[in-house]
Amino acid sequence: MRILAIIKRVLREMIRDKRTLALMFVAPIFILSLMYFLFQSNNNQTATLGVRNIDSVLVTAVKNDHLKIHKITSTSSAKKVIRQKDYAGVLSQSGDKLTLTLQNSDQSKSAIIKQSLQAAQIKLRGEAAATAIKAQQKAIKKLSTALTTIVKQTRMPIKAPAMSKPKTASVNYSLKTHYLYGNINSTFFDTLLPIMIGFVVFFFVFLISGIALLRERTTGTLYRLLATPVKKGEIITGYLAGYGIFALIQTFIIVAFTMYAFKIQILGNLWNVFIINILMAIVALTMGLFISSFASSEFQMVQFIPLVVIPQIFFSGIIPIDQIVSWLRPVANIMPLYYGATAMSNVIEKGFTFTQILPQLGILVLFALLFLFLNTVSMNKYRQV
Amino acid sequence: MQITIKVSNLNQGYGKNIVLHDINLSVKSGEILGLIGPSGAGKTRLVSTIMGMLTPKKGEVFVLGKKMPNRKILGKIGYMAQTDALYTTLTARENLNFFGSMQGISKTNLKKTIPQAAGIVNLNADLDKYVKDYSGGMKRRLSLAIALVSDPEILVLDEPTVGIDPELRQQILQELHQEAKQGKTILLTTHVMEDAEQSDQLMMIRNGVAIAQGTPGQLIKDYHVNTVEEVFLKAGRLQDENSSNH
Repeated sequence: MRILAIIKRVLREMIRDKRTLALMFVAPIFILSLMYFLFQSNNNQTATLGVRNIDSVLVTAVKNDHLKIHKITSTSSAKKVIRQKDYAGVLSQSGDKLTLTLQNSDQSKSAIIKQSLQAAQIKLRGEAAATAIKAQQKAIKKLSTALTTIVKQTRMPIKAPAMSKPKTASVNYSLKTHYLYGNINSTFFDTLLPIMIGFVVFFFVFLISGIALLRERTTGTLYRLLATPVKKGEIITGYLAGYGIFALIQTFIIVAFTMYAFKIQILGNLWNVFIINILMAIVALTMGLFISSFASSEFQMVQFIPLVVIPQIFFSGIIPIDQIVSWLRPVANIMPLYYGATAMSNVIEKGFTFTQILPQLGILVLFALLFLFLNTVSMNKYRQV
Repeated sequence: MQITIKVSNLNQGYGKNIVLHDINLSVKSGEILGLIGPSGAGKTRLVSTIMGMLTPKKGEVFVLGKKMPNRKILGKIGYMAQTDALYTTLTARENLNFFGSMQGISKTNLKKTIPQAAGIVNLNADLDKYVKDYSGGMKRRLSLAIALVSDPEILVLDEPTVGIDPELRQQILQELHQEAKQGKTILLTTHVMEDAEQSDQLMMIRNGVAIAQGTPGQLIKDYHVNTVEEVFLKAGRLQDENSSNH
């Protein structure tokens, strides 16, 4: 009954605070829309490409600084190889037909492979053309027009369809592209979105609940509350449930908005998205409540953001963890957002099931329990029983 | 009449600092005990210890026969804090409802006790206003109503009359006597001597030490003075002389 009264009070206070409500529900949509338009382009990095039965001429032509090439001997399907070895793509050949399978969970890597292949074919065609006699000048002319169109395509690699087919060169490959995750229209935004869905909930719940409890401390209502027979656990449970409801509504709005406005497809079960976000909200809440005990004003609470929240963004997968310098990588393991974002990306982009994201969920639960325990300890300052 | 609050040989403090020295007191049901002393004397700390918010460093505190700290006993204590701890975005009624249910009072009972408690402090007409629109005195009165709303056996009031106009103050003090007559135990802290004179028992605290203790009439007689205020001043001088002799 006491828990219910606390939940009711938390909800009532929130609903009367129109500006905070707007912050919780409108700000995420604004940020996500902004990111949608900002991150339509790709950046550069290294991709691993598995090759099978490829002409050695083509392999040498494909090689460049951004591409690591592994020869595959196994006969299992390309998709299986990608899943096992975590290659960005697999290229296989039968006759003069090329099949490219892209993992496509990181669209910038897909773009690197596509660009390298285009460049290689241009190179090969160029060599073939050089050895040809002048009578083939007409063909060269055609080639140069093909070249310009390809150059245009490499600038916008996302929209580049399967490889253009050169008609005149002697090395005449045809290419078919398959995608393991997502499709030809996937952009960096698709990578970012699952991380952002988790982050937005984490950030707002952390800030709002932390400041709410801080206000209870500074106005003395927490002390007054503890001067009643209420259990500390009941206070925290009431808070968890009250702000959990808002986190749920926020998740619902964000997911609905991204699905309808950005036409993002969620491969996994929608319930898993909600489960992850609820857990993230609980971790953010318990963390916010705990951190607030180190702040003596709202302003000091805000000062914790660069210390506690921003580093989490860096390790949440926005920068792929395997690209971070090795000594810094373990830091990700103490970031709750890393686990939440990983689980979220896996569900949304790769369609992971509940049992597949269970390890991450488990660690989030551990984080919540840890902060829950620290919260009860920090409330001992006010009442020692 | 039975003893409801008993404090024996209490030392209280934080770390190595001792803030309260060797406090002994006992209050019976139906009695009003006034704690007087300058701010910083340790009144609030003593009140917190009696309520069980703090564990005694040394000595014992018993409330209603139970050793403190004891969470369940808090349900039988009506507490009014020194600072108004109110939810300003809620109405007065919502505040009373919330704290009432925290004390463990059922909804149906609260429907009865809220108008009663608000009536004592003259707030019935303003119950549905937001607390943020309240004046300082109104907030003080609402805090008192919150302490009264659970109809507790013990009332612990930290500076209940600060910021309340003289007329209402008299009314509240009369009401407190009324409550005491019904067998309630009332512990109040104050630095207003007039309030202190109306208590059944007095305890004067200065620098964490109880410098004088007894009924107001007895104290005035013992110190050969005319008012409670003079008792306090004389007891304070004696304390200073004693400590300078050391």
